[in-house]
Amino acid sequence: MILSPDDWLAIWLTLKLATVVTLLLLLVGTPIAWWLTGTGSWLKKPISAIVTLPLVLPPTVLGFYLLITLGPNGPIGQLTLAAGIGLLPFTFAGLVLGSMIYSLPFAVQPLQQAFEAIGRGPLEAAATLRASPLNVFFTVALPLARPGLITAAVMSFAHTVGEFGVVLMIGGNIPGATRVLSVQIYDHVEALEYGQSHWLAGALLLFSFLVLVLLNLMKRDSSS
Amino acid sequence: MTISACLQLTRPEFVLNVDLNLPSSGVTALYGASGSGKTTLLRCIAGLERECRGTLQVKDETWQDEGRFLPTHQRRIGYVFQEANLFPHLDVAGNLDFAARRSQTADSRNRAGVIELLAIGHLLTRGVEKLSGGERQRVAIARALLSSPQLLMMDEPLASLDAARKSDIMPFLERLHTELDIPILYVSHAFDEVARLADHLVLLDQGKAIGAGPLDEVCTRLDLPLAQRDDAGVVIDAVVSAHDREYHLMRLDFAGGSLHAGLKDLPLGSRTRVSIQARDVSLALSCPTDSSINNRLCATIVDFTETHHPSQLLTRLDVAGTILLARITRRSRDQLGLNVGQQVWAQIKSVALVG
Repeated sequence: MILSPDDWLAIWLTLKLATVVTLLLLLVGTPIAWWLTGTGSWLKKPISAIVTLPLVLPPTVLGFYLLITLGPNGPIGQLTLAAGIGLLPFTFAGLVLGSMIYSLPFAVQPLQQAFEAIGRGPLEAAATLRASPLNVFFTVALPLARPGLITAAVMSFAHTVGEFGVVLMIGGNIPGATRVLSVQIYDHVEALEYGQSHWLAGALLLFSFLVLVLLNLMKRDSSS
Repeated sequence: MTISACLQLTRPEFVLNVDLNLPSSGVTALYGASGSGKTTLLRCIAGLERECRGTLQVKDETWQDEGRFLPTHQRRIGYVFQEANLFPHLDVAGNLDFAARRSQTADSRNRAGVIELLAIGHLLTRGVEKLSGGERQRVAIARALLSSPQLLMMDEPLASLDAARKSDIMPFLERLHTELDIPILYVSHAFDEVARLADHLVLLDQGKAIGAGPLDEVCTRLDLPLAQRDDAGVVIDAVVSAHDREYHLMRLDFAGGSLHAGLKDLPLGSRTRVSIQARDVSLALSCPTDSSINNRLCATIVDFTETHHPSQLLTRLDVAGTILLARITRRSRDQLGLNVGQQVWAQIKSVALVG
């Protein structure tokens, strides 16, 4: 076998991380996107900027601040210590949190676009038919935003799979806990194991390519 | 009068400010040019405009006052949007069920009856994308009815349809008028729709209600812009009282007398509406027996008013209690020596059935 057990461990960890992050991001990102779509609040612009920030921020900067905040002297770190959870950096949970923040715009933006595309018509119609706002969300908005939901899931998953900087900053390089695929490739290259790197890098390249092809196919389906 | 609406809404470049009492039965048309605020007023009553201020009382419920804004989903309304707004993720039956499931009353209008009323039984399993414009509006009306509203609102339901589709839907709207016992608020900028459907009229102009009342009353108020239109006229309720098959005519009785119109497929005794435009009415001092015009009514001149044509006057005529409008030249008035209170003969060149 060309791939070592460590490689397989990294692949498994990466898939686990991406799955957990995607599910959690859909749960967190959907209400944020829904709120951003409907609100007239002055908070919309700042919140929107914060959600988009990970898109432009270098992952190392994001990772650095996460390391500080989650660390023993950071506010969240003290909170998790007080709650008996321990410290999040260099754990899988810490990686999940970091990845969620890092991939947040990839979930929120397609969802927000999908919600905006519905327009106010069907939502107002539902309200005149006695559907409460929560009911409108679940029975009209969510079903109509399905293409956006799928895009958000695929993008979040793919983006988490390809993550490197944030992981390295807050996760380090612990096999089976925080050593994900991209870090594994980095290690191989450092050790001049180009053959191994090729296999993993090639697999990631193919994966990313297939994801984008899939997304394009789905977009064509929903627009026809 | 059981809907009382005193509502204000301020937008950049537009202010809605109305104080209205609307009847609790029949069709009330909100009529005006585009931009007059008729749709905005309807949306305010539906609770779809959160910035709307004022008070709104519907029957014995307060929907809005200073400290209270009943959200849309708690107002017992049915709302038919201009663009139907059916749910694209549901088929026709799904759209109807959406409404029926959320209807609060036990005696909710029976589904089969509504489906029959709007003749949409054959469409139930169809996706809403595959409906024609007219079918879409019928489904939207059925959906609104299935939520068992206390008040049905329609926002230009015909505006997005072409002329042929409009005349397809019109009979259904007329059936609603006769078969439903709930008040209907009907927004339109097309006077022919108003003439066919409305019992009451609210005339809106630049966010203000400049006239409100029974249709015939508002139509014949000379101080309102309706009377200044080229097609100004009156709409009269009438009953088919005789068929004249030889000449292909039928006699229509109304409160002030009877008229003849072209024979239509209407049984004796059926109710209809006729529209008589002011420009089709001329006056004579004696009963003209040598005229080709069939319809002659003895009338009393109520008053005269100027029109925007310097040569023309508009006059109101009282035909045994029914008011007609006639447009004559100022020259004719002076030559015939017409005065208020004088008895004249009104010759009506054209009587159009509108309902």
